[in-house]
Amino acid sequence: MKTPYGHNVYAIAAEYRSAAALYEAAKRVRDAGFKRWDVFSPFPIHGMDEAMGLGKSWLSAVVLVGGITGLLTALILEWGPSWILYPLIVHGKPFTWRVVPAFFPIIFELTILFSSFAAFFAWQIMNGLPRWNHPMFNWNRFARVTNDGFFLAIEARDPRFSEKETQSLLEETGGEHITIIHEE
Amino acid sequence: MDGATTAPEVIAEEASTSVERPLARVPLVLNRRSFAWVTERISAAVENRAPKWWWIAFACTVALAGIGLFCIGYQISTGVGTWGLNSPVGWAWDITNFVFWIGIGHAGTLISAILYLLRQKWRTSINRSAEAMTLFAVICAAIFPGIHVGRVWMAWYLAPLPNNYGIWPNFRSPLLWDVFAVSTYFTVSVLFWYTGLVPDLGTLRDRATSKVRKFLYGVFALGWRGSNRHWRHYEMAYLLLAGLSTPLVLSVHSVVSFDFATSILPTWHTTIFPPYFVAGAIFGGFAMVLTLMLPARALFKLHDIITLQHIDKMAKIILLTGSMVGYAYAMEFFIAWYSGNQYERFAFWNRILGPYWWYWWVGMLFCNCLSPQLFWNRWCRRNVFVVYFVCMCVNAGMWFERFIIIVGGLHRDFLPSSWGLFIPTWVDMWTFAGTFGIFLSLFLLFIRFLPLIAMSEVKIVLPEADPHYGATPGEHHPVAAGGKERT
Repeated sequence: MKTPYGHNVYAIAAEYRSAAALYEAAKRVRDAGFKRWDVFSPFPIHGMDEAMGLGKSWLSAVVLVGGITGLLTALILEWGPSWILYPLIVHGKPFTWRVVPAFFPIIFELTILFSSFAAFFAWQIMNGLPRWNHPMFNWNRFARVTNDGFFLAIEARDPRFSEKETQSLLEETGGEHITIIHEE
Repeated sequence: MDGATTAPEVIAEEASTSVERPLARVPLVLNRRSFAWVTERISAAVENRAPKWWWIAFACTVALAGIGLFCIGYQISTGVGTWGLNSPVGWAWDITNFVFWIGIGHAGTLISAILYLLRQKWRTSINRSAEAMTLFAVICAAIFPGIHVGRVWMAWYLAPLPNNYGIWPNFRSPLLWDVFAVSTYFTVSVLFWYTGLVPDLGTLRDRATSKVRKFLYGVFALGWRGSNRHWRHYEMAYLLLAGLSTPLVLSVHSVVSFDFATSILPTWHTTIFPPYFVAGAIFGGFAMVLTLMLPARALFKLHDIITLQHIDKMAKIILLTGSMVGYAYAMEFFIAWYSGNQYERFAFWNRILGPYWWYWWVGMLFCNCLSPQLFWNRWCRRNVFVVYFVCMCVNAGMWFERFIIIVGGLHRDFLPSSWGLFIPTWVDMWTFAGTFGIFLSLFLLFIRFLPLIAMSEVKIVLPEADPHYGATPGEHHPVAAGGKERT
């Protein structure tokens, strides 16, 4: 979709007065069957995932994989040298199954370390961050999103998107400053 | 205050009219502040010109850090003999300082991770600066194991790297566990801290007026735009990082205590050490959090965000952990007697009557066991001067405790012929003072360039953040003007 001036349209967006108003509006937009839309707020709003029809984040699965990788890394890192490369008898204790607990601290630490890296990179990659810019930033009012602004945007590429009806839906739900956001 | 609307009688009224909420909760942010007020007040500390006190404080701490770095350079170039180390006291202020600093870090992780899992919403006002304190304390701690080995250039031997001698570290040694525990702790703390910072860096980016600030905050904010699709994964990552940090922080000081507990020295060879060290770490760490937060609260006028309620709760944690530490001290004495081991018994008599007797009486008994008992009293928990006094006692007391454990254990061991004493040199003293300079300089830089309170998290605890705010009549009342809110 293009504007009369030839700009590509990214979305129609509206501002809401409060977190509660945004929450109610999100439920309406979800029930209207939209798929490519988003809400923006300065803090996570409790219950917004259900209001938007989003399930539980699957980031935890990535972290589990990270944790298992860390555990296996530690096993190889510790037992490779201790058993094969440089067997060392300390305190009169050769490398047998009885000394296995002495390897636990490092196994534990590396499991935590790899899980944490997995969590840290997963939330960025799954969110498509870091990125330099985003069409939403073309809207001057949007700078308040990190302060006290509550916004809802329905993207033009949503199959149900139509300029007039989408706009009236945002109006009905109490959206203010309804604006067409340009792609570039 | 600042033209805000406040109310005393509303809470009483709320309690009487609201059926659903028989006990009115004391708000975490006072005087019904708005989201914009929170942004404004916290960002102002970063955006305004540096106040005069900041420059004076920074100049002093940087000078101190410089002296410390000089001492470290002198020690590295000359040798560990510049410290007062001798035989039998091969570990003294170096490892005392290491344990002291690493312990301080633990409070930050307790606040950011454990209190998060326990849904303690009051943590939002203090978690950011406590986490920053953790990082800076761990940086100070990491200096000492590095330089105490004497030949710093051989420190890479700690890492399990393939080398042409075919030598590998001993993975069954607590000293190597320590390397992994402390480096993991630092790394995970950085990741957790930075994850929490991203939305606030977005705020600073959107408020920035100069191009340089906009660029730098923009880069570090990673393009954050507050999207709920992002918050969903972000909150899961935050929860998991908290869940991972919780056992991690308990493990770090446990591993530090293994350095001692796995040896055979009287007073070191005890199974009580891991929980005793962890409780002591949280105890000392909370004292340091308050040491930094009380001045910051006054200087940046954050009384509505860091309220007396917060100070009260932190004082209660100091009381709890201080009493646990006191119990551990008593249990050590009991076991020394009950074990019937003459070396163990002697070591504890030596602790209270030996050459370092006053370290025990002043540091461990008065500072660590007795002074926090003031916090049984509500007035004491809510008087910032009393709180500050106790925190200073605890800061000192915890350092003395570690000194007594380390040097007290070493200086008189099994054979009287090998007894000795430890006398610190000027290098010992100025290196330790220098780490305070490094710690405080880093903290001052932090409050200048990063938001010292997590704005996005404080906003969540405001009543307006509730998606059902105003939905149920009688649940939230507008606030009448005049008067002061109950704290």
